[in-house]
Amino acid sequence: MIDTGFYTIFWREMLAIRKKFWKVLSGSLVMPVLYLVTFGWGIGRGVRVGQGNYMDFILPGIIALSAMNSSFNGVSVTLNISKLYYKTIEEILVSPISPWAITLGRILAGCVRGLFSACLIVAIGLILDVNLGFGPSFFATVLLLSFAFGALGVLAAMLTRSHEDMTNFSNFVILPMAFLSGTFFSPDLLPQPFRSLILVYPLTHGSIALRALATAQAVPLSALAVLFGYAVVLFLLAGLSVKRLEL
Amino acid sequence: MIRLDHLTKRFDHFLAVDRLSFEVPQGEVFGLLGPNGAGKTTSIRMLTTLASITSGQAEIAGIDVSRNPIGVKRVIGLAPQGLNLEIELTAEENLEFHGRLHRMSRHDRRARIRELLEFSELWEKRNVQVQKFSGGMKRRLLITRAIMHRPKVLFLDEPTVGLDPQIRRRVWDMILGLKAQGITILVTTHYIEEADFLCDRVGIMNRGRLVALDKPQSLKNTTGIYAVICSRMNGCPPRFFNDRDEAVRYASELEGDVTVRQTNLEDVFIALTGEAIHD
Repeated sequence: MIDTGFYTIFWREMLAIRKKFWKVLSGSLVMPVLYLVTFGWGIGRGVRVGQGNYMDFILPGIIALSAMNSSFNGVSVTLNISKLYYKTIEEILVSPISPWAITLGRILAGCVRGLFSACLIVAIGLILDVNLGFGPSFFATVLLLSFAFGALGVLAAMLTRSHEDMTNFSNFVILPMAFLSGTFFSPDLLPQPFRSLILVYPLTHGSIALRALATAQAVPLSALAVLFGYAVVLFLLAGLSVKRLEL
Repeated sequence: MIRLDHLTKRFDHFLAVDRLSFEVPQGEVFGLLGPNGAGKTTSIRMLTTLASITSGQAEIAGIDVSRNPIGVKRVIGLAPQGLNLEIELTAEENLEFHGRLHRMSRHDRRARIRELLEFSELWEKRNVQVQKFSGGMKRRLLITRAIMHRPKVLFLDEPTVGLDPQIRRRVWDMILGLKAQGITILVTTHYIEEADFLCDRVGIMNRGRLVALDKPQSLKNTTGIYAVICSRMNGCPPRFFNDRDEAVRYASELEGDVTVRQTNLEDVFIALTGEAIHD
């Protein structure tokens, strides 16, 4: 039986986001705008990738990166603080809501954050008149990517025992992924075995799929399959980590 | 309503709770009294499913804590020692969230929120963000939140820690009001007067073990109704008497600053363990 309690967790997160909307909005914009200015207009001016310009190339990658950051940080940081500092997670853990519903509610809130930040960059792209298309499949892939990183956020928050651990996780896992996952360059340009190595990252597959969808190319189903696989496995691990959490 | 049978919690090589056994009937206010580190909070964490049970068994309202944690969560309320309220939300939103967590209907939530915020004298502050509340208001809201879903058993972990005497008295009145509603309450405290004032029965814990359990007055009677307490400089151990004249006679034989007074629960703790609660 599906525990509908996930909606309560989701509702609380949406209430919190609504109360700090402007903080969430500005926080979602800083990093992608910096990347767009630095790599799009700065380093990338005059660079051409295939038949298109560099801005058209990196924008889908920055959308993937931004969705990852927003969903991962939005879930992991708030949950980590809730667990270690405010202890508000106890209130949820002593309620008759299953660990799986708690996990799902948190991840869905991460999806909203990821989708929101993706929409902001799409809006910037439309203002800049980029030669890209953003259809429903594009946003569905953003959701899938955000789901996987929201689940990773729950898992990281449950496994880390201090704020320092959380920072280390971001530094050693998230930051390298942000730069090495084909956001700013095509994975095809890398020699082996580096090419195979970065294909381990879920963000690489997110960037590949979003780039293909935005440029109306055939979507590599393997990228979507890997992303879906990550989403399922990370959800299961996140749910188990909530179930086994002891305070 | 609450039954513990050799409940034990071990963290690696540290035995936090050692074979704790007692029963609490419906409607009773039961106190766990002991110094910090005695195992009171760990016991509550096991009973409220927040910590696993190493060995032994516990039942709440006939439901096994280990086997059916979700069932237990439906019948318990917890006001933890830390003020774990959602400080970004208002008092009303905190209760709304709790009501939703316990699947209360919209109509029930509305009515209950009003009833409880009036009971805890916070109705006027219902739309104020909790981060703007005083410590006493937060504590009252915490207890109010714990009873929002009408639990059969309420766990209060150090409910008045850090509060000034006036506010503490107000929280005590609130707890007695809950008792009058028939809620079974398990309260942990290291305040002697709190255990004495609130509890029908008190279990005294020290180093993870239950060293005594009875009504406060019975515990004092067993130890001796009158205590002869020497000043710290005298260094003589406290002695207890059931006869006042005998106590006064003993005190007159001692040199230095000596007090004869009625025994309190701290004296009982000292008599049982040889240590003071506030050491």
